[in-house]
Amino acid sequence: MNLRSFAAALAVTVALPLGAASAADLEVTHWWTSGGEAAAVAELAKAFDATGNHWVDGAIAGAGSTARPIMVSRITGGDPMAATQFNHGRQAEELVEAGLMRDLTDVATREKWKDIIKPASLLDSCTIDGKIYCAPVNIHSWQWLWLSNAAFKQAGVDVPKNWDEFVAAAPALEKAGIVPLAVGGQAWQAAGAFDVLMVAIAGKDTFQKVFGDKDEEVAAGPEIAKVFKAADDARRMSKGTNVQDWNQATNMVITGKAGGQIMGDWAQGEFQLAGQKAGTDYTCLPGLGVNEVISTGGDAFYFPLLKDEEKSKAQEVLASTLLNPATQVAFNLKKGSLPVRGDVDLTAANDCMKKGLDILAKGNVIQGTDQLLSADSQKQKEDLFSEFFANASMTPEDAQKRFTDIIASAE
Amino acid sequence: MAGHTRGSGRPNQWLRNLNAKFASVPMILTAVVIFLGGTIWTVVYSFTNSKLLPRLSFVGLDQYERLWAAPRWLMSVQNLVIYGFFSLVFSLVIGFVLAALMDQKIRFENTFRTIMLYPFALSFIVTGLVWQWLLNPEFGIQSVVRSLGWTSFAFDPLYNSNIVIYGILIAALWQGTGLVMCLMLAGLRGIDEDIWKATRVDGIPMWKTYLLVIIPMMRGVFITTLVIIASGIVKVYDLVVAQTSGGPGIASEVPAKYVYDYMFQAQNLGQGFAASTMMLVTVAIIIVPWAYLEFGGGRKRA
Repeated sequence: MNLRSFAAALAVTVALPLGAASAADLEVTHWWTSGGEAAAVAELAKAFDATGNHWVDGAIAGAGSTARPIMVSRITGGDPMAATQFNHGRQAEELVEAGLMRDLTDVATREKWKDIIKPASLLDSCTIDGKIYCAPVNIHSWQWLWLSNAAFKQAGVDVPKNWDEFVAAAPALEKAGIVPLAVGGQAWQAAGAFDVLMVAIAGKDTFQKVFGDKDEEVAAGPEIAKVFKAADDARRMSKGTNVQDWNQATNMVITGKAGGQIMGDWAQGEFQLAGQKAGTDYTCLPGLGVNEVISTGGDAFYFPLLKDEEKSKAQEVLASTLLNPATQVAFNLKKGSLPVRGDVDLTAANDCMKKGLDILAKGNVIQGTDQLLSADSQKQKEDLFSEFFANASMTPEDAQKRFTDIIASAE
Repeated sequence: MAGHTRGSGRPNQWLRNLNAKFASVPMILTAVVIFLGGTIWTVVYSFTNSKLLPRLSFVGLDQYERLWAAPRWLMSVQNLVIYGFFSLVFSLVIGFVLAALMDQKIRFENTFRTIMLYPFALSFIVTGLVWQWLLNPEFGIQSVVRSLGWTSFAFDPLYNSNIVIYGILIAALWQGTGLVMCLMLAGLRGIDEDIWKATRVDGIPMWKTYLLVIIPMMRGVFITTLVIIASGIVKVYDLVVAQTSGGPGIASEVPAKYVYDYMFQAQNLGQGFAASTMMLVTVAIIIVPWAYLEFGGGRKRA
């Protein structure tokens, strides 16, 4: 309580004098365009506008894979925006090394980011050579299975409590004309679903060994073979999805056309927007109900180096606004993600978010694959899994062999 | 005669038409610096391990080895061969037949020509989206036919890995044949009316006249068309992105998309440059012998 009011007071003292002294228009680019996401980003804009500056929204439609190239080429091409979203981790690593990004260490020490941001790995991902280059805004975890209660009722089976029960219930769903598992056609969705299966089935340590240490022997071993078996089940269950975007796939779960979806907690915003209630309309199983672990990747804002002094000052205001407790609560409730600071009040959170906060408090966390692998390895993985999920004639053994090659060449 | 002209003209060759030469300097500079310079730069950097930003640390042929071991690249090349072959054959045949039909002094020729050419006015992205909807089993052709009563009718090329490339081919032909038709029609109109009269007097059937007399006379038009179609084939990208974004899985990937994805999404410039260099080599293998025959041989003939 004490810390919270102190932090709020701190944010106000920083925001007010700067905001009053210079009002600037800052263009902020991001790829939050689905219904729930757009509602969340509006909260950020509102908070920033309240400081007397102006948030110029630069939303780029399509997934991050479409938006990131545009952002990177604008920064490298000499037309930087004032702030931009990236998944924190290695996506902006080279831009920072090339000196194109602004050092936020001053703001961070002034506002004691080191003390308030939990878990500390979030800030570590923003830190390169001891300097802080980004402001994390939320924690997103991939390890969720979203289930449509209505679909299971229609198929006449109980809502599963873990992955194995879900696989067992698949034939009943199919008989009722329901796609058991919705997997959108975009490549990152298949690759992400595999990572989730890996941590749920093979466990936290194996996950860390494969993606963290790039241990190819483990990647070729029996533990991962089990994961590929599960991915084979998932592939069979996902047949007939026929949609591209993740939110279209989530919509299949919302409308009961699909039994479930493996998707990060950002899917929650869509359920909320559709007016569905956790527990009664849909069920969420963190870690697929097998291994309750969540990854702590997420979104962060990076601030390209600008020549304009006024805008540079406004960048600092924006950075502190993003981490302001009130903004954190408003934004994350709409987005369905977890706040980056442990000292904010989230009584308004729904059941699923509370489950997530609980796991976070217990410390059952892993680093996200975006933090562990380079964009290059991620892309190769996406190619592999989008082929695997679309091509039923590719055996799990072949896929594992190719997976091992990717891990072996990862840096 | 020829020797005489050359003898007296030689000293002034460089000074003749100075205005024209001066005016073409910007274009020459553009061609040399931007096209040639950019090409050489790309090829050089394809031997480095550049990631997000270009970096001159050479790794030999590593990028090429990785490229030719990547299943997605092999699939892309295979798709391009299938797409290229059928797109070339069908757009030439359909375009020519349409033009020949149009050339029969029909009524409302202008109207038909506009209708045929209309798809060409649409960008590949729009074409791709239109055909994505038409070929979508839930909203498109399949659902229309099913709603008419034929409930077992199945037509969903974009969701079947084995035939997805043909789904893209359909859209490309719909978009491109109109232009080919117009080029062919222009060629047909350029044929002297007397040729037709002469063949009619000799009693040669019409199909034989087209095949053995008219087509050989239209050599120039055919070559222009060929170059236009071929360059369209190699750079096909947006149509695939709009229709399938490479899916299902990697079944409809094409080389240009590999280049883009690896340069920008995977932040691996070296790999993207290696792939684009391979595309350049492919084009060169086709173009160079042809250009040699066409221009090198031509000078000798004259």
